[in-house]
Amino acid sequence: MSGAPSVSAWRGPIRLVGKRIGLALITLLLVSAVVFTISGLLPGDAAQEVLGQGATPEQVAALRHEMGLDRPAAVRYFEWLAAIAAGDPGNSIVANKPVADIISERLPNTLTLAGLTTVFAVPFAFLVGIWSAVTRGRATDRSLNIMTLAMVALPEFLVATIAVMVFSVKLLWLPSITIVPQDPTLGEFLRAYALPVMVLGVGVIAQLSRMIRAAIIAELDRPYVEMARLKGVSQARLIVRHVLPNAVGPIANAMALSLSYLFGGAIIVETIFSYPGLASLMVNAVTSRDMPLLQACAMIFCAAYLLLVLIADTVAILANPRLRQG
Amino acid sequence: MTMTPHVDVRGLCVTVRAPDGSPLRIVDNVSFAIPRSEVLALIGESGSGKTTIALSLMGYARGGARISGQITVGEATLDGAGDKGLAAQRGHRITYVAQSAAAAFNPSRRVIEQVIEPALIHGTATDAQARARAVELFAALALPNPQTIGSRYPHELSGGQLQRLMAAMALITRPDLVIFDEPTTALDVTTQVEVLQAFRKVVREQGATGVYVSHDLAVVAQMADQVLVLNRGTVREQNAVRAVLEAPADDYTRTLLAAAQPVLKTVVPVAVKPAPLLSISGIHAGYGSIDRQGRPAHPVLSDVSLTVPRGGAVGVIGESGSGKSTVARVVAGLLAPTAGEVVLDGQTLAASLSERGREELRRIQIVFQNADVALNPAHSVGDILGRVLRFYHGMSGRAATARVAELLDLIRLPSAVAGRRCDELSGGQKQRVNLARALAANPDVILCDEVTSALDTVVREAILDLLAELRRDLGVAYLFISHDIATVKALCDEIVVLYKGTRVESGQSGTYNAPPYHPYTDLLISSVPELRTDWLSGVGPKATPQLGAVTDDAGLCRFLPRCPVAIAGRCDTSPPPLRLMDAGNAVLCHRTESELAH
Repeated sequence: MSGAPSVSAWRGPIRLVGKRIGLALITLLLVSAVVFTISGLLPGDAAQEVLGQGATPEQVAALRHEMGLDRPAAVRYFEWLAAIAAGDPGNSIVANKPVADIISERLPNTLTLAGLTTVFAVPFAFLVGIWSAVTRGRATDRSLNIMTLAMVALPEFLVATIAVMVFSVKLLWLPSITIVPQDPTLGEFLRAYALPVMVLGVGVIAQLSRMIRAAIIAELDRPYVEMARLKGVSQARLIVRHVLPNAVGPIANAMALSLSYLFGGAIIVETIFSYPGLASLMVNAVTSRDMPLLQACAMIFCAAYLLLVLIADTVAILANPRLRQG
Repeated sequence: MTMTPHVDVRGLCVTVRAPDGSPLRIVDNVSFAIPRSEVLALIGESGSGKTTIALSLMGYARGGARISGQITVGEATLDGAGDKGLAAQRGHRITYVAQSAAAAFNPSRRVIEQVIEPALIHGTATDAQARARAVELFAALALPNPQTIGSRYPHELSGGQLQRLMAAMALITRPDLVIFDEPTTALDVTTQVEVLQAFRKVVREQGATGVYVSHDLAVVAQMADQVLVLNRGTVREQNAVRAVLEAPADDYTRTLLAAAQPVLKTVVPVAVKPAPLLSISGIHAGYGSIDRQGRPAHPVLSDVSLTVPRGGAVGVIGESGSGKSTVARVVAGLLAPTAGEVVLDGQTLAASLSERGREELRRIQIVFQNADVALNPAHSVGDILGRVLRFYHGMSGRAATARVAELLDLIRLPSAVAGRRCDELSGGQKQRVNLARALAANPDVILCDEVTSALDTVVREAILDLLAELRRDLGVAYLFISHDIATVKALCDEIVVLYKGTRVESGQSGTYNAPPYHPYTDLLISSVPELRTDWLSGVGPKATPQLGAVTDDAGLCRFLPRCPVAIAGRCDTSPPPLRLMDAGNAVLCHRTESELAH
């Protein structure tokens, strides 16, 4: 066995990861410009929205001036960028309180839902993906394939509706809206989250398991797998010790994609189960032209996505001895 | 020695499902026995079933094939053993050394973990014992730094080292039977010698019983006691190795023996003073970004020059990493050289492909080693040839069809092949089509990059004969790149030897029959296995003289670190001169003609 790796042995991966972080920051900056521009292009503006249809143009112009909306876009962009970098995304125009406060109310909810779904869906996806891969072409694989394809194809609102019909209306097991009581017991907590997690999980399991299957099958065709079988390695050891370490890169990236969806894409689930998360907050911000809130939400989603991809890249680099040794 | 054989195989059949669903026997009623501590060689062309038989000794069949017959190894009966029973034998009592260790090692695990894994999963040793035994085996296999080499990853090791590490993995459980499946086919000849010597030593020391799969009779002669000659899944001959070499009983064995030493039937008359057709001079080339002095980050060729006369055949030879394929890429315009020029028929060609005219492209054609990759499997042979005819000659319709038939006739294939897809053809047929694709352009010179290296000896000889015929009949010239000196000597008038991107020797083919030649040429020639059983014992790695620390100065002889006749104080201080020998070959060496003559 080699001893602890020296500092210089880590120089390669640190440089690679550093490069990725730099790229992520540049992407975030570009996204901020795009978000700012696009939100400026939306028809109507907050002043109009606040005053309603009956307001005279003079009233709107006065409010626009008061809100600072009549200054040049570049000035507003850099002010906003500096503020958001300092952690203050400004005041919500509609709710008239700091955006940071609104988001800090909602963010834990979204994180809880995403976290629970991850804990439920990822092991399940691994199980299905690996099982499907090792029985490739046989009946088990084909039925799993049909099931995951159907799950990918089913729209979320349909899955949610069916789940509510079955578990809430017919069986009366689970609540149809997600209200978590103050200081819940574990049972109450799980009961409240069961349906939204199930509905979100279906999509994640289906997509992720298909990508895991593909990644493992690509490895199973390589000569080292035959060699391992000829060493008498058991099927379980073959997958865990030989195949998975080589499939970590593609699987980590597939997970990053699937999980980032949980962050910003849960709008249907949040709406159906009346769950106060970030996605519905952002949609509300769009309909009420609450630009500071909208921009902050967009930046959070983007940052979360970039962070997940960055983690996936780092894991892939560390799992690959060639990259690890720079 | 006990009376019962150690390995006993009776009536072995392996059946696959043919594309139409009917059962097809790829191994038919094969029986053999191996006494303890002997090595049996399975020899034959690809498709002879030799690897299939070897794998069935582990109860393993690729792609859903079915194994039947009686297989006994040591105490264990393999037929009907079931998955659990087989897994207990595999990697424990019966072990396997794969053809390409570079692919058969798991790229993301340290080598030592993989080497000791069989001992751990079969419980034959504790972790510490297994590691200790691995280090012993590494040392016995002449691996450098046996204590620490295991902690490397596969990509940090060379092909020859990985092949030996794989042998250590096969021996770690002290198995009853070790199966070597073409373990040196993917290696350079110079590396092959070292690996064969290490294998033979360790197999003898361990008293292991072995099965050695190979298509190369000369290699088998060094490793085996008995030989089983296979053709299309049936046994043609089984005998002691010496008997097979000296008095082959079967016609097919004689064909194999003849093909092992290619001698061409076609004689090409060589013009007395041929006009130069293609010449490259002072070529420097490499890969990676180019620095301010115009030198690439990874230089490959330095100052390479050669001339191909009209209708001539010039061979370029060297081991992997010598830059021989890069020469072809530079001539074809696929890689722009950083210095030097390529001249065709008196005209300097543009460095890169995109700046060359269609007519210039037509006159130089390239044929790659692997016809499987070079030919689009979705296209018919007629499409592939027709496209070239349309592109270079604007031919279509009946004229093109007629020309395709002519081309197929040239490469000795029936014209009906035009309608077939490439993946329906055999390896040799595909390589012929690959050649016809180049001929369709009516080129002046064809760059052949290892075109016979992936072929079996019998097929290789046929392709070489075809190349010689085409040259005689069409007057086409060849730049023939190969790692196999026997092939190059058979086909070419002139041979250039490359070592690490420098030309160390050039001369007429005849000058490579006997010294004097460059010490590296000498190593290449002496590393080619000969068809006698005592050859391997005669070639020893010659000791290299101790030299002081040599700076990586481009001017010094590149072969210096491996040279057995290096002169301290001369070779490590000044660049070698180019010496012209009496026989006409030019050698880049400090040693004089008389010193090199023995």
